[in-house]
Amino acid sequence: MWKWLHPYAKAERAYQLCNTLLPYFTVVCVATMIIGWIWGLAYAPADYQQKDSYRIIFIHVPSAILSMGAYSSMAIAAIVALVWQIRNAELAVIAIAPVGACITAIALITGAAWGKPMWGAWWVWDARLTSELILLFLYLGVLSLYHAFEDKKAAGRAASILAIVGVINLPIIHYSVEWWNTLHQGATITKLDTKAIDPSMFWPLMVNIVAFAAFVGVVTLIRLKNEILQREKHRPWVRQLLTQE
Amino acid sequence: MQLAGANGAGKTSLLRIIAGFSVPDEGEVLYQQQAISQVYEEYTSDLLFIGHKTGVNTQLSAIENTHFWLQASGYKKPTDLYPLLAKLGLIGLEDVPVRTLSAGQQRRVALLRLWLNEAKLWILDEPFTALDKSGVAYLQDRFKQHLSQGGAILLTTHQDLTAQFNDLKTFTLEYRY
Amino acid sequence: MIRTHSYWLLFCAVFNKDLKLAFRQRSEIINPILFFLIVISLFPLAIGPEPGLLARMAPGIIWVAALLSTMLGLDKLFRDDFNDGSLEQLMVTPYPLSLTVFAKVAAHWVVTGLPLVLMTPLFALLLNLESNALLATLFTLLLGTPLLSFIGAIGAGLTVGLQKGGILMSLLVLPLYIPVLIFATSAIDTSAMSLDYSGQLAILGAMLAIAIISAPIAISSALKVSVS
Repeated sequence: MWKWLHPYAKAERAYQLCNTLLPYFTVVCVATMIIGWIWGLAYAPADYQQKDSYRIIFIHVPSAILSMGAYSSMAIAAIVALVWQIRNAELAVIAIAPVGACITAIALITGAAWGKPMWGAWWVWDARLTSELILLFLYLGVLSLYHAFEDKKAAGRAASILAIVGVINLPIIHYSVEWWNTLHQGATITKLDTKAIDPSMFWPLMVNIVAFAAFVGVVTLIRLKNEILQREKHRPWVRQLLTQE
Repeated sequence: MQLAGANGAGKTSLLRIIAGFSVPDEGEVLYQQQAISQVYEEYTSDLLFIGHKTGVNTQLSAIENTHFWLQASGYKKPTDLYPLLAKLGLIGLEDVPVRTLSAGQQRRVALLRLWLNEAKLWILDEPFTALDKSGVAYLQDRFKQHLSQGGAILLTTHQDLTAQFNDLKTFTLEYRY
Repeated sequence: MIRTHSYWLLFCAVFNKDLKLAFRQRSEIINPILFFLIVISLFPLAIGPEPGLLARMAPGIIWVAALLSTMLGLDKLFRDDFNDGSLEQLMVTPYPLSLTVFAKVAAHWVVTGLPLVLMTPLFALLLNLESNALLATLFTLLLGTPLLSFIGAIGAGLTVGLQKGGILMSLLVLPLYIPVLIFATSAIDTSAMSLDYSGQLAILGAMLAIAIISAPIAISSALKVSVS
């Protein structure tokens, strides 16, 4: 069933796959980002309550969604790496981790910036912001564990294990934080009620989510290519590749 | 079989791969025609590994260490360890914490296991380190006994084996790159 | 010499060895308790000794102190065995490593977690907890501290091969402790209002059950990475 994965266990094939995928992701990313930002930031109607300050959701919401998405794809790569002992999947874990951490940081910063006009404070212990913060800690844990090892082979496996442990804990953390929040604040201020969102705002938001996903894909692919080249730098095919260029 | 090679040639790494601690970059280790990761439990029942780090806890005594190792490896406690302790010159030292012993004596505590196992394959990384001449001689006697019972030994050493072994093979690793 | 494979014997061997070592170095048992006591006595000094305020903060104080004091022993959990090669020996036994790990974590809990549970009445006295909340604290510590040991051991296993693993381990492990913290403190809070807190205890128990099953697997694969 998983046989189709096996050819990509070879570093060279994985590198070629990255090269094939990269242009598609780049095109989608550039196109949707231009459309989404112009549509969302200039043409979508202003909110009747929040005026123009709501427009930060076109960055905040996609980055928040992608921060979780990147973590789950990192964990999937980690499971592949450990179960089938495919080393390129370990490299994928390491390629995704810093990207995910940055996206999470963007979600946190935009969330705080949005909170200032809405709540009058930069930081409120809102359930979603708190889970984003913990998610950032988990990302940083994976990254610092990876960089603490000198043997990069062991580092990749250790980081993969931690990513899997993290993804098992993530829903528990998420729901416990949400539950904790309702317990302590009573009426939580919900930022975004997805059902009530007007189509004129919903569609640009969707486009922006696609744009962010493609962006994460592009950066991850570029990083993965670099990781593969670095790990395989003594192999003949890398030398050949480098002398060609 | 003796693994030879200069410092850094990869003797220990190879032993650790064969013992199943590390996964090789390429190739695999087979035990009875099957990859060791597939049959690890059977493989380890037939394997005795004494590495650079001997696995002797320095806060416990020689007897406690040996008993722990026996239990953890699934052997029953033998009735009497004292003849063996006497043979290896550890009598009178069996009750003190191992950290108070000399390096050679600590090594002997680890090597006690060679007389207390039923494993067919012994993997020994520098077993003669810190041993005196009589210790080396005892050890080689035990090697001969093990080989005559149909066992196999894979070891690395920088010392030449003083005793005569009939089917000794030396395999020399060379440093690459 | 007859070879018998008995999981129970292995568990006993590892468990007894760790307990024996801990009792030989009694500071290993006493220091985390002292640390816990000192941290707890810092709070009244920092925020003032009004009984109402202390009782309100007590669950948080007790649990944060419990998290920190379990961290103290965790770094040593696998380090000695890793350094002297015992871990390698335990890996080439015919037993699954996760069982060995389970025994070690159990011993760690007996040495660091159980004393905290037993000393709960003393903390309750210091922080002015009433009897209802005292009982809740006792239950949450009883369910929660083994959970801390299991989760923490994953971090300990991942960092045991590193020179300065201690701080890194706390960075990895503390975020994973958050659900335990939330449910345990909320159980104590609820009990102080004389409400039913069995729900929170049930969740803690469920998390403990999951941890007992899955954590040893994660810990043993982490140790295999560290030893390789």
